[in-house]
Amino acid sequence: MTTLKPDAVVVGGGAAGMAAALELEKAGCSCVIVEREEGLGGILMQCAHAGFGLVEFDEELTGPEFAERFAEKVLASRVTVLDGATALELRDEGDRKVLDCCSAKRGVVRIEARAVVLAMGCRERNRGNVRIPGSRPAGVYTAGLAQRLVNIEGVVPGRRVVVIGSGDIGLIMARRMSWIGAKVEAVVEILPYPSGLTRNIVQCLEDFGIPLYLGHQTTRIFGKDRVEGVEIAPLENGALDLSRARTIPCDTVLLSVGLVPENELSRGAGVELNPATNGPKVDSTLMTSVPGVFACGNVLHVHDLVDWVAEEARRAGAHAAAWLRGERPGPELRVKAGANVRYVAPVKVDLTRKNRVYFRSLAVLHGATLEARIDRRVLRTVRKGHAQPSEMLSIELGPEDFADLAEAGSDAVLEIALV
Amino acid sequence: MSAVRDVVVIGAGVSGACIARRLSAYELDVALVDKEPDVSFGTSKANSGIVHGGFHHPGTKLKTRLEIQGNLMFDRLKRELDFPFERCGIVVAALHDEEMRAIEQLHRQGVENGAVGIEMCSRERILELEPALGPEVVGGLHSPGGGIVEPYRFVFAVVESAMKNGVALETGFKAVKAENLGETWRVSAEDGRAIEARWVVNAAGLYADEVSALFGAEEFSIKPRKGEYYLLDRAAKAKPRKVVFPVPSAISKGMLVIPTVEGTVLVGPTADDIEDKTDFETTRERLERILVSARSLVPTVSESDVIASFSGLRPSAGDDFYIDLSEKAPRLVQVAGIQSPGLTASPAIGEYVKDLLKKGGLRLVEKASYDPFLEPKPRVRETDAFGIDRLVADDPAYGNIICRCERVSEAEIVNAIRAGHDTLDGIKYFTRAQMGRCQGGFCTYRIVKIIMRETGKGWDEVTKRGGASRLVEGEL
Repeated sequence: MTTLKPDAVVVGGGAAGMAAALELEKAGCSCVIVEREEGLGGILMQCAHAGFGLVEFDEELTGPEFAERFAEKVLASRVTVLDGATALELRDEGDRKVLDCCSAKRGVVRIEARAVVLAMGCRERNRGNVRIPGSRPAGVYTAGLAQRLVNIEGVVPGRRVVVIGSGDIGLIMARRMSWIGAKVEAVVEILPYPSGLTRNIVQCLEDFGIPLYLGHQTTRIFGKDRVEGVEIAPLENGALDLSRARTIPCDTVLLSVGLVPENELSRGAGVELNPATNGPKVDSTLMTSVPGVFACGNVLHVHDLVDWVAEEARRAGAHAAAWLRGERPGPELRVKAGANVRYVAPVKVDLTRKNRVYFRSLAVLHGATLEARIDRRVLRTVRKGHAQPSEMLSIELGPEDFADLAEAGSDAVLEIALV
Repeated sequence: MSAVRDVVVIGAGVSGACIARRLSAYELDVALVDKEPDVSFGTSKANSGIVHGGFHHPGTKLKTRLEIQGNLMFDRLKRELDFPFERCGIVVAALHDEEMRAIEQLHRQGVENGAVGIEMCSRERILELEPALGPEVVGGLHSPGGGIVEPYRFVFAVVESAMKNGVALETGFKAVKAENLGETWRVSAEDGRAIEARWVVNAAGLYADEVSALFGAEEFSIKPRKGEYYLLDRAAKAKPRKVVFPVPSAISKGMLVIPTVEGTVLVGPTADDIEDKTDFETTRERLERILVSARSLVPTVSESDVIASFSGLRPSAGDDFYIDLSEKAPRLVQVAGIQSPGLTASPAIGEYVKDLLKKGGLRLVEKASYDPFLEPKPRVRETDAFGIDRLVADDPAYGNIICRCERVSEAEIVNAIRAGHDTLDGIKYFTRAQMGRCQGGFCTYRIVKIIMRETGKGWDEVTKRGGASRLVEGEL
């Protein structure tokens, strides 16, 4: 067994991991990236469509192009990349964090670091998670698996497709399947509004004439060996109206029913999770409940755009480097989700410096105003106009917002609300 | 293939497998055939995976005698065959005082049957034994001899052991014709293959009635009774230590909360008589009922922990097993109606059928070379970091983790394929790859590529479970 002793280990070599590692390196910390796949890039590598990098690079890139820009820098740096290596276990031994990983090339490598950045990304929810009954034929895939099959393996998953859920990957795969000559019969969304970005609804469905059934539940997948069809029914006032159920014949079902941060490794290390995001609870420095362990990207909360992942990951890397230098956050204030807000990340802000808090709306809102307040005292309001759950929102709060908070008391909580 | 075999066993589920393995200890030429592309693909793959405690049925039944006997055989089988089995114990929870009367009856029955260590429990005692039970529990029954087993792994191991001792396995062999040639039977398959054997064992599960008809033997009918299940994540909040039963009803043992040997949790099954032996659909209403019922026993059962649902069909032929020499067809043994507790009883069924064959005139001479042991197979998930490092030194493929959720390496998948499990489902049951929380979302394409490399199949030739269950249409 080989042992490495860098200052920091970054778990995951996707957008988040690469951005965090580069920041650590810039600050003079030795750093190892552990990546499961051969090569860097993570899930971006199968996202052949454009739309990445508008914020980060001010141009429109494909997933692999976006990843390449970071990967080149990482490979040119002193960051050590252990790819094809699966993280087995993370242990918190106080000042020392121990990560065991294994690969075919190197066997088991034990990494003893003083800081860890978690950047493992997320996984797709599956049929069982959303409890769609029926038979279990071949031809039921998550949208991400279908994307891999088409874009990287170069195979056709099926000819007649129904997409369940209107998440972004599902919408993009509806278009991709159309491009390879498959007929996409429908996209079925249980909510009364789409789960994906508006631009994807337009570019992936409307431009291809693919019907979108909002407020419809999939009540059954059927077929003996291969999928033969699905049954869907509308929801009326929250209840299924089975009298208006319909059958859609198809040979393939793609599921795009949400993403879950993949935190099994974190949980094993004792990291406390936030039930609202399924990601770690982090302080103003993106540090988890385990001192020295940081989190960023989709393992922290599911992002809508990779550009925000990179932004957040850079901060996580910089904070990890600062922590290694012995710096600690100033006095912090707890942040929580208020009216119409699903979650906030991080759950603490530093009163002495600028903070960025990401959050999502719980509903489709028109003419929404963002309010940051403590009890009845409004610190800041921002006109947001339209807000919807599929789009991430953020607010920057700095020392000027926290002026004369002395009387607020130590149990004060900052609330982010959409009103 | 030799000209005439001594015995052909039709059906490679748990009964057929145990019978074939038992016969492999003798100087006999035995074939085991199954219509599916792999063994254990029928009732044996979708059930509760329980080694029962011997108190649910009266001792007058054949199934009870075989259950008690079979239960006691599992420790030795585990030593020989290295499959996941744990004697974790069973509790039956009573939720009100009237149910305690049924508990008393089960207890008396268990004692009469000779169930080992069975005890009546006060509320305090049962909550101490099983803290996951809800506050409504008023008492219950504890059967420390009950346990849990991974049913397909058990069948795979039994078949592997039988093959190691000379049994010939033919999969994809759907028996469609049987001719009595006087001293022998000639059994033909749909695809033209044929096997000639002196004796035939009908262990065809759901299709035992149809196979019996091929031989002009007893007329009976196998009624499928569907059981639906939910599988919960290994990180589920609801994780009992013991198998939790409700007080049974007239037609079934009720819906259980089962901590599986592999660390997940299973809730179910329902019990519904159906007509179609190929109907494995789950239904919304019944799945919801499972959750309600399971929560009445273990309140922490949560729908947010569900990772899969599935159903299995019990092959019911009345309320007892039907295992006997056929009175109508010569040299045929019927092994039918093996529903619960069939898995528990299966090792004893092997013994019982061996005795029936002897009674019928089959000469049994012990084989000096019989080796009941299988070499344990390394599993990365059950190995510590140092052990994995040693495995990788011998075979780098142990370091390539294919299934992240259940931590299954490429080497284990290759072993499965080389042992004949070359469908996605076969690999799933053999290795657990695709059986975890992502249900194959990340690893399916990797497994398909390993199957292609090992078997030379193309993308469109790899299937989920044989037949027309192809995964993709082909290349772009």
